[in-house]
Amino acid sequence: MNHEPLLLATPSGDELKLRPEGPWTAANVVTLETLSRTVGADVDRSRVVTLDMSGVSALDTLGAWVLEKLSRRAASSGRSAKFVGVADHFSGLMDEVRQVNRNAQAPTVAPNPVLARLGDLGKSTVGAREDITIFLQMLGALFMAVIGVLRRPGSLRLTSLVYQLYRIGWQAIPIVALITFLIGAIIAQQGFFHFRRFGAESYTVDMVGILVLRELGVLIVAIMVAGRSGSAYTAELGSMKMREEIDALSTMGLDPVDVLILPRVAALVIALPILTFIGSIAALYGGGLVAQFYGDMGPAIYLARLHEAISVTHFEVGIMKAPFMALVIGIVACSEGLRVKGSAESLGRQTTTSVVKSIFLVIVLDGLFAVFFASIGM
Amino acid sequence: MDASQDQFAIRVRDLVVGFGRQTVLDHLSLDVRRGEILGLVGASGGGKSVLMRTIIGLIPRRGGTIEVMGQPTGGHDRGAATTWGILFQQGALFSSLTVRQNIQFPLRENLVLSQELMDEIAIAKLEMVGLRAQDADKYPAELSGGMTKRVALARALALDPPILFLDEPTSGLDPIAAGDFDALIKTLQKTLGLTVFMVTHDLASLTTVCDRVAALADGKIVAIGPMRELLQSEHPWVRAYFHGKRSQMLQHEMR
Repeated sequence: MNHEPLLLATPSGDELKLRPEGPWTAANVVTLETLSRTVGADVDRSRVVTLDMSGVSALDTLGAWVLEKLSRRAASSGRSAKFVGVADHFSGLMDEVRQVNRNAQAPTVAPNPVLARLGDLGKSTVGAREDITIFLQMLGALFMAVIGVLRRPGSLRLTSLVYQLYRIGWQAIPIVALITFLIGAIIAQQGFFHFRRFGAESYTVDMVGILVLRELGVLIVAIMVAGRSGSAYTAELGSMKMREEIDALSTMGLDPVDVLILPRVAALVIALPILTFIGSIAALYGGGLVAQFYGDMGPAIYLARLHEAISVTHFEVGIMKAPFMALVIGIVACSEGLRVKGSAESLGRQTTTSVVKSIFLVIVLDGLFAVFFASIGM
Repeated sequence: MDASQDQFAIRVRDLVVGFGRQTVLDHLSLDVRRGEILGLVGASGGGKSVLMRTIIGLIPRRGGTIEVMGQPTGGHDRGAATTWGILFQQGALFSSLTVRQNIQFPLRENLVLSQELMDEIAIAKLEMVGLRAQDADKYPAELSGGMTKRVALARALALDPPILFLDEPTSGLDPIAAGDFDALIKTLQKTLGLTVFMVTHDLASLTTVCDRVAALADGKIVAIGPMRELLQSEHPWVRAYFHGKRSQMLQHEMR
């Protein structure tokens, strides 16, 4: 039994006799490709090509196609090719292969790279407009849902709201407290280290207090919530969309915005200020610990300095931003979730987009607030 | 090579499979002959898919032996793709790859061949399952249910495996598409000399394409043979399956 495929070529004048032997199967594809390339020139030169199949011991689609390709090459431009001695159990496959790849495909033209880039730029510009539209639509839908709830308070999904609060508020407390605690400690350490050089260590407390209460507390917590809860919202709503659960809701006469999105966004709007408060306290506590162990400043002095340095205004400025950031995170997360298409890949892409976009928007919003508060003198 | 190796594509002996305290397959034995289309029927949740997945090696077994093409199976070996092709119920096409790339995937992973030949083979397979070359650049999300099954079949057949496993190939297809798919399987089975192991509930497929039908109940094969013989079976579950109202109606129509 032959274990290596062979292709015997016997040229005689204008005629060429090809005799494939052995197993013409996918396992021997490297040999098959080499064999068919070697006889290529002979095939092009001959007017009549005969393929004698009687020596083939095994044949699969790949082998049959390689032979068929040879015969098509031989039969081009008015020449002829024929198969002889095809065994009965291979004839079905040979007939099948003779039908395929008949319609030459138009080769796909690679676009000019510069034009392609420009095209992408244009597409993303149009896409940005679409993003804004979707954001505003979701904001409007939420507004209508809130009005509906105000009219009939009974229609609020209280169970869902409480459950979401538990998930994104209560369960987030440990990690939020830990990270803000560390951030507060790091800022205090840096302050003591650098301010010590010009004897301004006591101003570290001012820096920690103002920075944490006005900016860092809310920003860090918002970014963490966007990563932790925003991504969960997108993935949840996305997989519900994929499994047609959202369509099922709509057909039962329920508005997905009322049932799914309002409780989620409302839970974020309630939870984020609370988390911000907890986070700010944890950061101040971290700063206090560093003051005691690194800056040689006792708790009493730290608290007294803090009392002098910060006012309620600083706290208000920070905490006031939280609900707006929560709204942005919630809207982005939910609308990205609803944009998920059928595939698993799209779910992943939409979740990434949701987190990236909400963190970006949170920071932009923080900048706008900074300008606003500066101009009203807060 | 002795005669039994020649005759049987799959031999399952005393197979025991369970999860936790539950035993799903209880000393099950089953032979699949070379070149036949075997249909497997059984209650929902009765272990049909478990049997198929155990033979493929996706589920570990507690006892018994499985021989495929005369070789005992065990563990994951890379040669598996050349031994069998599997059509999963939902197609299981890779959603991030195009149809063409999906079909080329097993070729690319198992063989060394030129891109040109790979493209031609992919299109050839696509046309063999009744799709057009224009469909090659679509993504699985853009395909209809019937097309997904056909592409999945093309992928399963990419390496011309001798054995083909089908998990409910006609579920979710309309009767016309299901009939076409049955015919396609029959044609391909003849052309490529395949052994087909088919899990199905579709009585029409059982009657029209299957050479033999095996009935799985209580973790065992309770009846096996051509459809005609199974209809005569005295086993209570088999009777209930083939002589229930729905089945009666269908068989009456077909007569």
